[in-house]
Amino acid sequence: MATETTEWNTKDTLGKTLEGLEASKSQESSGLEGDKLVLNMGPSHPSTHGVLRIILELDGEVITKAVPDVGYLHRGDEKIAENMTYNQFVPYTDRLDYLAPLANNVAYALAVEKLMGVDKILPERCQYIRVICCELARISAHLLGLGAFAMDVGAMTVFLHTFTEREKIYNLCESLTGARFTTSYTRIGGLARDLPEGWIDQLRQFLNEVEKNFDETETLLTRNRIFVDRTQGVGVLPKEVAINYGITGPNLRGSGVDHDLRKTNPYLIYDSLDFDVPVGTTGDSYDRYLVRMEEMRQSASLIRQCLDRLPGGPVSLEDGKTFLPPKNKVLSSMEELIHQFMLVTQGVQVPEGEIYFGAENPKGELGFYIHSTGGGTPHRMKIRAPSFVNLSVLPYLLKGEMMSDTVAILGSIDFVMGESDR
Amino acid sequence: MSNESISPARKYADILQEAMGSSLSEPMEFRGECSLTVLDASKLLEVCRHARDVLGFDMLTDLSSVDHYGSDPRFEVVYELYSMNHHTYLRLKISVDEEDCEVPSVTSLWRTADWHEREVYDMMGVRFTDHPDLRRILMWEGYPYFPLRKDFPLEGKPTDLPDTAFTDKAPLEGGPFVTSGGKPDSTQREPRAKTFENED
Repeated sequence: MATETTEWNTKDTLGKTLEGLEASKSQESSGLEGDKLVLNMGPSHPSTHGVLRIILELDGEVITKAVPDVGYLHRGDEKIAENMTYNQFVPYTDRLDYLAPLANNVAYALAVEKLMGVDKILPERCQYIRVICCELARISAHLLGLGAFAMDVGAMTVFLHTFTEREKIYNLCESLTGARFTTSYTRIGGLARDLPEGWIDQLRQFLNEVEKNFDETETLLTRNRIFVDRTQGVGVLPKEVAINYGITGPNLRGSGVDHDLRKTNPYLIYDSLDFDVPVGTTGDSYDRYLVRMEEMRQSASLIRQCLDRLPGGPVSLEDGKTFLPPKNKVLSSMEELIHQFMLVTQGVQVPEGEIYFGAENPKGELGFYIHSTGGGTPHRMKIRAPSFVNLSVLPYLLKGEMMSDTVAILGSIDFVMGESDR
Repeated sequence: MSNESISPARKYADILQEAMGSSLSEPMEFRGECSLTVLDASKLLEVCRHARDVLGFDMLTDLSSVDHYGSDPRFEVVYELYSMNHHTYLRLKISVDEEDCEVPSVTSLWRTADWHEREVYDMMGVRFTDHPDLRRILMWEGYPYFPLRKDFPLEGKPTDLPDTAFTDKAPLEGGPFVTSGGKPDSTQREPRAKTFENED
């Protein structure tokens, strides 16, 4: 809905910055420029998937300037983290990218474990289960991303299709963690619990079903004339620009950069697994769609490889100083009782130092920079949210595009405001 | 490899340190990562440009800030560089005085720094010279405090900006895990408990 805003400029401080916004894309002047119209989009708009606000300046139907406004979902997660122990923060990571909570749990646990120096000595079974969790989260997040993207450009069926599969993932999450959305599955030094009985078979069955779903989704979209017309050549993000803007994840790979932290800076057991990293060629919205589609297939294959090789053994560190000792030992042995008491009252003790750990999450590189002065709480924890960085390229991407392509570009960027605003 | 004990991050840190001489501190190594402190703020851009163009650190992954409340200089801005070619992280740090509270902006080198620097300004109050558009990003324009500073309480401070937004103190001092000695216990501090009492 268009809002004519000559007054708007004086009321809203963002209006001032429209003047100052630097143009990075060269604009061909047609010599026919008329009066500009300022259109406010969001913060409550179906295609913003949350609370993103964009102020668009239009010349006819062409966007001449776009100013994104984030922060509507700011909860101060980084401040909260400074005031609690490391394990207490795990539930907050569920609420970053709330479409892939399992992957966030794993990334956060690995960051703290890196700080403690135990990330390389985690039990094998724990590492395998964590990889399964990450890839399951990737499938879930991409299914939603694609479904919502397709719906934004007019293909409602795809959305219903992908959501059916997502429902099954939530059922798997529920039996794995006890919660459908807010999984909080990892602990520093391990996992909250081992896989439930029969879960592996359910997961295998799900993989068979979801791969059929990928094929069906592809027949609905990949050669769909309307979908191709709406996405090909729209929102082109060249390689160099993407790197300069710090774009990561499928958006970066869509632009043709062969970069995946699971390959380049492998963590967990990713270097022993066999998978391909799909890359795009032109960097348009269609390429980003293709990359996500292929990534889901690769994820399914990764989960299969992990299930085939899943070792036995413990799922958590058993040194007593990182992970809570088993309850029966706590009640019968003095040493374990002391460990439990110390862990509950003081939290996991980490050494002084600072680390940055980045994990390849569904949306891109989720990084944690932890500055510790020792003890049980971080002195400072910065969360490098991929959606935040990916959104910062919007002024570049939207400039010069048609207004109706805004939703296609937003859909192809696939962002989550919970993570962007933290 | 002849020098297998030297991590790749350390290798690039040493090269950078050699090229930039006295404007950089000795590399600090921890958990396979390397940090260098830029000692001279006026050399920051030069160091960053050298890292990007000569050493191939073409991506600025993250830019954050730390408040060392009570020590001088109080703030620290942290740059997390990454190279797409040799897949190495390198951390650059620069100390910021509480009085000037200003560092040069690196937006001219990496466009991604634009939002990151706005966030640091918003949360920590560090300003960036020559930033094209230094406004608050997560909090609203006109918000008077810098919430990530250590002297800002977890529960927040009440503010009021008519017609725009307001904040109030959060219940339970910002969380149920915060205890403050000598004050009423959490049942009495808990606002819902108080409402219940009033209704009686």
